[in-house]
Amino acid sequence: MIYKVISKAEFKRFIDALVRNNSSFGPRQVDSDFRGKALYQFLPVASFDDIALDYTATSSSAKHFFLPFREELSRFIFHDEDWEQQITYDANPIVLIGLRPCDISALNILDDVLLNGHYPSPYYLAKRKNTFVIGMDHLPLPDCFCKSMNHHIVSSGFNLFCSDIGEEYYLSINSSKAFNFLKEFDTRDPLDEENCRLAERRKLISNSFLTEIDVTGLPSILDIEFDSPVWEKWGNKCLNCGTCAMVCPSCYCYSVEESMETNLNGAVRQKKLYSCNLVDFAEVAGGHNFRPKNGDRLKYRYYHQHRGFAENDNQQICVGCNRCGRACLSDINPKNVINDLRMEKESCLTNVLSSPCRR
Amino acid sequence: MHKGTTFEKLKIASFDFTCCEGCQLQLANRESTLTDFLDLLDIRNFREISSEQHNDYDIALIEGSISRPDEVERLQAIRRQAKTLVAFGTCACFGGVNSLKNRFSLNELAVEVYPGMEVETGLVKKISEVVKVDLSIPGCPVNKEEVERIVVSLVTGSQVTLPKYPVCIECKAQINTCLFDLGEICLGPITRAGCNAVCTTGKTPCLGCRGPAEEINMAAFLELVKERGLSENDLREKLAFYNAFEGLYQP
Repeated sequence: MIYKVISKAEFKRFIDALVRNNSSFGPRQVDSDFRGKALYQFLPVASFDDIALDYTATSSSAKHFFLPFREELSRFIFHDEDWEQQITYDANPIVLIGLRPCDISALNILDDVLLNGHYPSPYYLAKRKNTFVIGMDHLPLPDCFCKSMNHHIVSSGFNLFCSDIGEEYYLSINSSKAFNFLKEFDTRDPLDEENCRLAERRKLISNSFLTEIDVTGLPSILDIEFDSPVWEKWGNKCLNCGTCAMVCPSCYCYSVEESMETNLNGAVRQKKLYSCNLVDFAEVAGGHNFRPKNGDRLKYRYYHQHRGFAENDNQQICVGCNRCGRACLSDINPKNVINDLRMEKESCLTNVLSSPCRR
Repeated sequence: MHKGTTFEKLKIASFDFTCCEGCQLQLANRESTLTDFLDLLDIRNFREISSEQHNDYDIALIEGSISRPDEVERLQAIRRQAKTLVAFGTCACFGGVNSLKNRFSLNELAVEVYPGMEVETGLVKKISEVVKVDLSIPGCPVNKEEVERIVVSLVTGSQVTLPKYPVCIECKAQINTCLFDLGEICLGPITRAGCNAVCTTGKTPCLGCRGPAEEINMAAFLELVKERGLSENDLREKLAFYNAFEGLYQP
C-alpha cells in the first residue's frame, strides 16, 4: 500500500477526470423520505458534481454491480441436428465511487465465497476485476454496527481509499492502476502531522458508534438456540418479501431458471438473486418445502449471516451496515434479533441454574 | 428433430366478458417477438384481430368478469369446448375493478348509469365462481412477457409457473425508493410479483392487480400500516380496488 495526500480541490479534478472518461457510478440523492431525510443510491454519474460525496449510506448496496439481480449464465442455440452452448463473461470496466468500509468488506467476503472456494465464479470475477473501487470513510449513522463486526476499517479489496482529514484526503493506494491514474495529479507524501490526523480521524470514527451488538460466541449461541421461540416471534413479523437480502451487500443466494425463447430456436439459463425469506426458497421438485414457516426461513438467514456456512469457512458474512434493518418494513433488524437470542439464553441460565450457595 | 420432439401450435381462442379488452390487446403487444409468438398459435377465435370464427379450440383465454346471465351461458359453453380454460387478466382472476359495482344496489346503479333504460345486470363474479379455471394469468393488464413465457411452456409441455414471492423483490432489483418511506401505502409486500414492479418504479403504489403472493403475512402487513399511522381508509380502498384480497382482510 502506498499512502499519499491530495488537496480537496485536486481530488475534485482527479475524480472529475476519472468520471468523465469512464462509465462511473456513485452515490446520488434519489428522494427525501417522509421525515425529510435524504435517501441515496449508487447511480450513474457523469461529473464530480453529480456525486453526493457527503452522503450517509445508500439504501441498496453496491452488490448488484458484481452480482446482478438477474444475469444470463448461458445461451443455448439449436440448429440442424445439434445444439451449442454459448457462455460469455464479458464485463465492461466501471468506476465505483464512494463505497464505505463495510461495503468493501462485503466485497472481500464475496471474494472468499465466489473466488476462493472450490468453484470460482467467472461471472463474478470478470466484474470484480473490471471494477475500479474508490472507498470513502464516513462517520457512522446511529444504527451502523460495522464496528461490532470489525468492518469499520478496511485495508484491502479497493483500488483507492480516501480518508477525510480536513482540507485534504489521505489516500491509501492499493493498485498500480490507481497509482498510475494519480501520477497525472498533484499528490504528495503525507507529513507526520497528516499521519496524526488520519489516526485522529479513525479514532473519531471508532468512537462515534452508537449501536453495538455483542457477537462474541454468536455462532455457538445460534447452534444451541436452533429451536428457540425467538425465531417464531420474529418470523411472525416477517413479510417474506426478501427486501433484506436484496439490499444486503453480502447475501449472494440465487435461483436458476431456464427458458426457451419464443422462436423455440434457443434457450437461456438465467441466475436470479433470491432470498432465503421467500416462501419457495427451500421448495424442491415435487413441491415439498423444507422451510414452510416464516420463522424457519428467517432463522436460516441469520444462520447464514452470523454463523456462516461451510463454503465460507464458517465466517459470519454480515458486515454491520444495517441496510436490512433500515429497509425492513416490519422493523426486524440484526440488533434486536441477536439481543433477543442472547436474552433468551441468559434468562434460561438464571431460570435453570441455581446460584452456588455461599457458606 | 434437434429438440428431440416436435411442437404443435396451440389451438387457441380469446373471449371477452365484462372488461376493457385491454388484456387481449396485450397479445398483440411486444412487437420484437410478435411474429415468433403468433407462430406458436393457431388462432381459432379472437374478435379483436379476425372476423373468422371457429369453435374447435383447445385453449380458451377468458378476459373479464361475469356480470350478466347471458355471460354465464356463454362461459359455460366455452368451458365445455376448452381443454384448458385460462382466467386471463385481473378481472377474470379476481373480478377486478368491475367488482366496485358490488358495493352498491343494482337498481341504484342501473338508474345512475342507464337512466330510463331496462338493464339486465347482476353482481360481478370472477371466472372461477362460474366455471372451473385451469390456469390463471393475473395482471391489469397481463404482462405480455409473462404470457409469452407461459405460452412457450404450454407448447413445449413444461411446467407453467408464476412467481410466488411479492413485488418487493422486483422493486428492489430496480433500486427503487420504498414507497412506504415516502409515506404511502403500497401493496407490493403482499402482491404477487411478475410485473417487474412497473407501477412502483413509476412511483405509483402497487394496488395488487396480480393478487396475493403465496402465503402472505397479512397480519404483519396490517400492523405495518397501523404502526406507521397510515390511513385505514386508504388501505381499505387499495385492498378492495381489484377485489384481489377478498376474504384476506376484514376491516
